[in-house]
Amino acid sequence: MATVATDSLLFETLLRLGDDSLILGQRLGEWCGHAPSVEVDLSLANMGLDLIGQATLFLNAAGAAEAQGRDGDALAFHRDVLDFRNCWLVEQPNGDFAQTMARQFLFSTWQEMLFGHLEGSADETVAAIAAKAVKEVRYHAELSAEWVIRLGDGTEESRRRMEEGLDWNWRFVPELFEMDALATEAAARGIGADVGLFREDYDRRIRAVLAEASLDAPKDQRPILGGRRGHHSEHLGHVLAVMQFLPRTYPDAVW
Amino acid sequence: MSRDWPLWEVFVRAKGGMSHRHVGSVHAPDAEIALRHARDTYTRRMEGVSLWVVPSASIVASDPGDDAAMFDPAQDKIYRHPTFYDIPDDVTHI
Repeated sequence: MATVATDSLLFETLLRLGDDSLILGQRLGEWCGHAPSVEVDLSLANMGLDLIGQATLFLNAAGAAEAQGRDGDALAFHRDVLDFRNCWLVEQPNGDFAQTMARQFLFSTWQEMLFGHLEGSADETVAAIAAKAVKEVRYHAELSAEWVIRLGDGTEESRRRMEEGLDWNWRFVPELFEMDALATEAAARGIGADVGLFREDYDRRIRAVLAEASLDAPKDQRPILGGRRGHHSEHLGHVLAVMQFLPRTYPDAVW
Repeated sequence: MSRDWPLWEVFVRAKGGMSHRHVGSVHAPDAEIALRHARDTYTRRMEGVSLWVVPSASIVASDPGDDAAMFDPAQDKIYRHPTFYDIPDDVTHI
């Protein structure tokens, strides 16, 4: 058997991408059977499944880059909190429907721009996954923006809930644009994106939707960073407990 | 929540050249969200390439009480069926 060397920069880059999609997909799955209407239930489940599909592709590719015999399932179900590389935003609790949509809007708008850049990645696999996923994520960004506008510009109660949802999630946005040493190196090699390139576009788009929703942007709070290095909120452990319980309890279980 | 939302009838075009067909209905607060609900409910398994939504309240329906006058007279007019033509095998969708 030919020995393949571990490409740790590519591995870490793919983990960040895959873990973002995986954890948010799991979060959206929590809505199954609990959404305000059957149509909304399907919307949320569809988005969740899109994200789980992306996670499968990214994490399988990560396993290949690591070349230690782990596949996407091993990475999803047999790592602990400190080994996850997702951002804080995606692990935040669903809260009410407005809080979920606020999170989705802030994340999907960013993810759409990120995947747009990654379509030109020097790594063929990253480029191919991004090209497929960007269409899914464009829909997520549009749908969640529609709900931000309707709830923000809706009744007194829906407006209050959307304001609270945005307030909760706002402090996790700066982490999306953090360029640490690893991200900088990945961008220099052409496999990762320089997220700083679309920060202004992002802010403009977020503010345009908030204006249409007649909402003020929340006040900037102290940013919370660290997810990319394995420092997470207490929420992630609970997400993983539910997500990983079955394959850990029954390691031989198959579909 | 959905009880307060109006009902919309959903029509899906399966592929280019075909007509839109009624597939069901969704609840939604307005036309834009109705389209998205229709997309998420009825086209998640590649069922279509185009969608229409129409407010259910805009549909004008025939009165079941008038069935006899509306539909019975057509029952014995078999000469209106184009059964006397041979249709070539490679002509589909007729």
